Amino acid sequence: MLAEYWPVLLFIAVAIGLGIALLVIGLLAGTSRPTAEKLAPYECGFEAFEDARMKFDVRYYLIAILFIIFDLEIAFLFPWATVFSDLGVIALVEMGLFLLLLVIGFAYVWKKGALEWE
Amino acid sequence: MDLSLSVLITIALAPLVGALLAGLFGRVIGRVGSHCVTILGVGIACALSIHVLWQLVSGDAKNFNQDVYTWFQAGNLHVSVGFMVDRLTAMMMVVVTFVSLLVHVYTIGYMADDPGYQRFFSYISLFTFSMLMLVMSNNFMQLFFGWEAVGLVSYLLIGFWYKKPTAIYANLKAFVVNRVGDFGFLLGIAAVLYFLNTLDYATAFDSAGALTGRAITVVGGHAWPAATVIGVLLFIGAMGKSAQVPLHVWLPDSMEGPTPISALIHAATMVTAGIFMVARMSPLFEMSEGALSFILVIGATTALFTGLIGIVQNDIKRVIAYSTLSQLGYMTVALGVSAYSGAVFHLMTHAFFKALLFLGAGSVIIGMHHEQDMRYMGGLRKYMPVTWITMWIGSLALAGTPFFAGFYSKDAIIEAVGESHRWGAGYAYFCVMAGVFVTSLYSFRLLYMTFHGAERFTVVGHHGHGHAAHGHAAVVGGQSIHSDPGHDAHGHDAADEHKEDSHHTPGELEHAPSESPWVVTVPLILLAIPSLLIGFFTVGPMLYGGWFGKAIHVEEQNNVLGELARDFHGATAAALHGFIQLPFLLALAGFIVATVIYLFKPALADSIKRALHPIWRVLDKKYWVDEVYFAIFAKGGVKLGRAFWRGGDAAVIDGVLIDGSASLVERIASGGRRLQSGFLYHYAFAMILGLILLLGGYWLVGQG
Amino acid sequence: MPTFNDFLILLPEAYLTVAACVILLMDAFLKGGQRVAIHWLSIIVLLVGAWLVIDGQPATAVSGFSGMFIRDPVAEILKVFSLLTTALMFIYSRGYLRDRNINEGEYYALTLFAVIGIMVLVSAGSLVTVYLGLELLTLSSYALVALNRDSKLSSEAAIKYFVLGALASGMLLYGMSMIYGATHSLDLATILHVQNVEWRNLMLFGVVFAIVGIGFKLGAAPFHMWIPDVYQGAPTAVTIFIGTAQKIAAFGMAYRLLDSGLGAYAHEWRMMLAVLAVLSLAIGNLLAIVQTNLKRLLAYSTISHMGFLLLGLVEANPAGYSAAMFYAISYALTSAAAFGIILAMSRAGFECEEIDDFKGLNQRSPWFAFLMMLVMFSLAGVPPLFGFFGKLLVLQSAIDAGFLWLAVVGAVFAIIGLYYYLRVVKVMYFDAPVEGTDVRAQPDMPLRFVLSLNALALLALGIAWGPLFAWCQRAFGITA
Repeated sequence: MLAEYWPVLLFIAVAIGLGIALLVIGLLAGTSRPTAEKLAPYECGFEAFEDARMKFDVRYYLIAILFIIFDLEIAFLFPWATVFSDLGVIALVEMGLFLLLLVIGFAYVWKKGALEWE
Repeated sequence: MDLSLSVLITIALAPLVGALLAGLFGRVIGRVGSHCVTILGVGIACALSIHVLWQLVSGDAKNFNQDVYTWFQAGNLHVSVGFMVDRLTAMMMVVVTFVSLLVHVYTIGYMADDPGYQRFFSYISLFTFSMLMLVMSNNFMQLFFGWEAVGLVSYLLIGFWYKKPTAIYANLKAFVVNRVGDFGFLLGIAAVLYFLNTLDYATAFDSAGALTGRAITVVGGHAWPAATVIGVLLFIGAMGKSAQVPLHVWLPDSMEGPTPISALIHAATMVTAGIFMVARMSPLFEMSEGALSFILVIGATTALFTGLIGIVQNDIKRVIAYSTLSQLGYMTVALGVSAYSGAVFHLMTHAFFKALLFLGAGSVIIGMHHEQDMRYMGGLRKYMPVTWITMWIGSLALAGTPFFAGFYSKDAIIEAVGESHRWGAGYAYFCVMAGVFVTSLYSFRLLYMTFHGAERFTVVGHHGHGHAAHGHAAVVGGQSIHSDPGHDAHGHDAADEHKEDSHHTPGELEHAPSESPWVVTVPLILLAIPSLLIGFFTVGPMLYGGWFGKAIHVEEQNNVLGELARDFHGATAAALHGFIQLPFLLALAGFIVATVIYLFKPALADSIKRALHPIWRVLDKKYWVDEVYFAIFAKGGVKLGRAFWRGGDAAVIDGVLIDGSASLVERIASGGRRLQSGFLYHYAFAMILGLILLLGGYWLVGQG
Repeated sequence: MPTFNDFLILLPEAYLTVAACVILLMDAFLKGGQRVAIHWLSIIVLLVGAWLVIDGQPATAVSGFSGMFIRDPVAEILKVFSLLTTALMFIYSRGYLRDRNINEGEYYALTLFAVIGIMVLVSAGSLVTVYLGLELLTLSSYALVALNRDSKLSSEAAIKYFVLGALASGMLLYGMSMIYGATHSLDLATILHVQNVEWRNLMLFGVVFAIVGIGFKLGAAPFHMWIPDVYQGAPTAVTIFIGTAQKIAAFGMAYRLLDSGLGAYAHEWRMMLAVLAVLSLAIGNLLAIVQTNLKRLLAYSTISHMGFLLLGLVEANPAGYSAAMFYAISYALTSAAAFGIILAMSRAGFECEEIDDFKGLNQRSPWFAFLMMLVMFSLAGVPPLFGFFGKLLVLQSAIDAGFLWLAVVGAVFAIIGLYYYLRVVKVMYFDAPVEGTDVRAQPDMPLRFVLSLNALALLALGIAWGPLFAWCQRAFGITA
């Protein structure tokens, strides 16, 4: 049955081969006359004024994590919705419980002030 | 109807609960709380024990033998906790709990002002628990547990006043001497396991016949019959616990403990554990004539020669202590002639009257403000009438006066020895006969010196102490300092060299002696009743009526009591007959001699002492047993230990094994410590390495 | 299709989930003074949970959700002891959390979620359930370790724990995918009975990766590196959780994966476990000797104890599993008491975790010195304490399994281990207290009382270990 994955392997091989090939062709065929300006980091026409490795506010992560949770909720709801009629009442109850848990988490996050930027 | 398991468990555990409550929470529940819970615990145990005995006697219940809990099983070694309750056990249970209960009550008065009050109650309850575990056991392992536990409590209680050097010395001595016995006992148990493959009583006894013809080579190529080896080894244990010559030396010193303990542990119950054990094991002992002869000779020696020492003692407790040794010798003699019932019967009567004597002595000691030397007593009967009467009853019982409890048991032993044809019986017969005279002599000597004659103390009143308030505080404090007279630094004492102590002059009391409080006298009275009557009512069934049933097994050819039973025509007839027998005449002689010397012509005592000085000196030094032990075992042991320590321990073990291996380990460890660098990627790397290791290992194994 | 009956099987877990949510909301909505209720409520919740587990236990094993969730006597015992040790931990931790201004509500809620994770894990009937329970447990644990946000040590420990934990989870998941690839099933019972696996090597690689996951969870060498740092860095109130309930969970996980699922490959994984056991015994015992911090010492001691636990597992039969389970329980109860004592001795601004802090404890708190002595003796395996019989049983199963050399190694390291446990006892009884310190137990009565019971239970269970062991044996179908 692993033979079924053969096209996938082929696809990966082709993708890698193509990527390498394009880089190699560019390197070999193109002219290369570097100057200091050409090698400088390109930043929308501005002079580079800051290190690219900068600290993000931890709140971005918080928002990101919360976003992922609710994003996954949607991802879970869609397939459920398509087969809902076949699954019956139990499935409705189960999804209700799932949403309830999320709501509890949401209430907790809200009350704790995690949603407030300042 | 069967005996209920829960009742038996309650009997065993009630004292333990009391002990734990008083011991761990003594400070919280206070003095009254402590003695209430312990007395309640022991009271419950006592009441239920009587109930159990009654059920067994009335035939309502069958004998009980059941494992309660399996501790562990390793191969064919099955170690469990279980109860075997038959009439023998039930009788012991009643004796133990009854005496213990009375001692508890008595202690309220005796220890009233001792700072260790709660601790004391905790210990004596713990003792009761241990003793019950010992007697109720249905297997050797639990027996050994009880055996060691009572030994431990005895150790704790002898050294109860732990600031007193003599007490510490005495408890150490008791512990060490008992260790010798216990070593033999443990070997005996091992031998039982080796030959019979079981530690369960019932199984072992049923298969005792398998011992016939089996032998073991111990030393020197001589093969010993297995039954004799087992019997002798087990009996060595009994010699330690029941203080038989030559392991008797600890018992007199144990008198350093508080008097209630002397009564409970070192007279009535614990020291009889050895007797009980041999009776319980009668099916095993019956297999070996040799072991029984050994027991017989040891017992006879103890009975006579320790009794003789009792005559020259002046400390009231020590006289009774030697008397206890002598009586234990009697019981052992009975065991030796296969008269197990006689031994147990004497054990029971002795428990009552000896506890009575000890508690009476304690009462006297309280009355005398912790003076224990009888030479400073005399004429106490008018101050302490209850103690006086009850002590008389106890002494008459001890001396074997017809109709008293001691008469029936002791007379039976003597006659049983006379009937026996076992090797050593002739010697034993002489010893127990002479012992009767000796017993009577020291018993009445004690009574006369204490209660009769002239008062040899003076009352020099100090002022500023209220009498009531003074009472026991000074008493206890007094004893803790004052009891050293019995000993010099090594404890092999000369009891008469009564050293002065800084607090008071011997024979000078701050207050006149007075009768003890009711908590002391009531137990005396309650013990006096069985001392007087119990023999009369129980001799028929217990001794001659096969009362113990299968609990005690006697081979037909050894059944001396069966022989005697034919001549037994009721307790009254036996007592009347006793008046014309040799033992009574000897006792009477002892009484007369004591009366003449100590009551009518006190001066005679000194002149006799001078005339028989060499003998007196032998007795006073207690045959120099202590000195010999001290010189050989104690000093030799120290030397041997020092040699091993220098040569073996310091050089080889410490130098090479301990320090060498420790420094090796240390070096490895400090190297390994560097692996734990604190860097996350090192850790992750270690995990990956581990993965590779496992995969590689699998690959290698897979290929191979 | 799940039915109502499936939910009934899940009742204790469902109940705990509801309770955990309630506690979470109480934490968010209650005001300062009322929050004490959370503490007591959490304890009651756990005890009621334990009661539900025992009370609703069916006579024989039942499974729900198409075999994904199994409720059998093994799970019952593991759950009961997880719940009980967690309850002990709550009692011990109250003063500690209060003194350090650690958010108590989050502590209780997260711990409860972690406990639910344990319960799911030990009841797992499928690879997915194993992973679900494991993640619920570990994710909660990461957050718990980081609970003391102001402490650098705590945050560092949490990051290490998280990264290494993620690595281990990844490997476990990878192994599971290989197992699935080889057997076409996620259901453990089905995997067990697959005959003639097509890709045997793939399957065995899956087994190896699964063992890495188990080894990490147990903290067996060489997957132990996180243990010392996390034990030391985490707030003691959290360390105790990692040292008690999590060990029980790790045993449950090992049993479910290795026996229920991979039992057919016992011959292969036994050898691997034996290697892990030797490494754990060696590293744990040797490195414990040079520690000066008691929490770190206990961390290395954990590693060595997990080595012993593996000795039971190598027998790979019910006798060995019951010995290992008994060992896990004995270790959990003992280490609960050990950390309990550290918690009891700590105060605001003072962590009693250096061994030197225990110098001369006997002079200040003789009772606690005595309890600590019991605990150390039990950890060392001195008879007649609880730990002794655990060691005895696992050594015996190693011998029965034919790994005599392994049992000898175990015994040797048990003796080496004696050294550092006794050092603590020696320090308490024979050394003079460090000048200027005043270490004594908190006057918190519930803590003192329960801690005393806990430590004395080590003695009591050492003397009367029969019933507990019989219970463990019955769970694995051994009738005495």
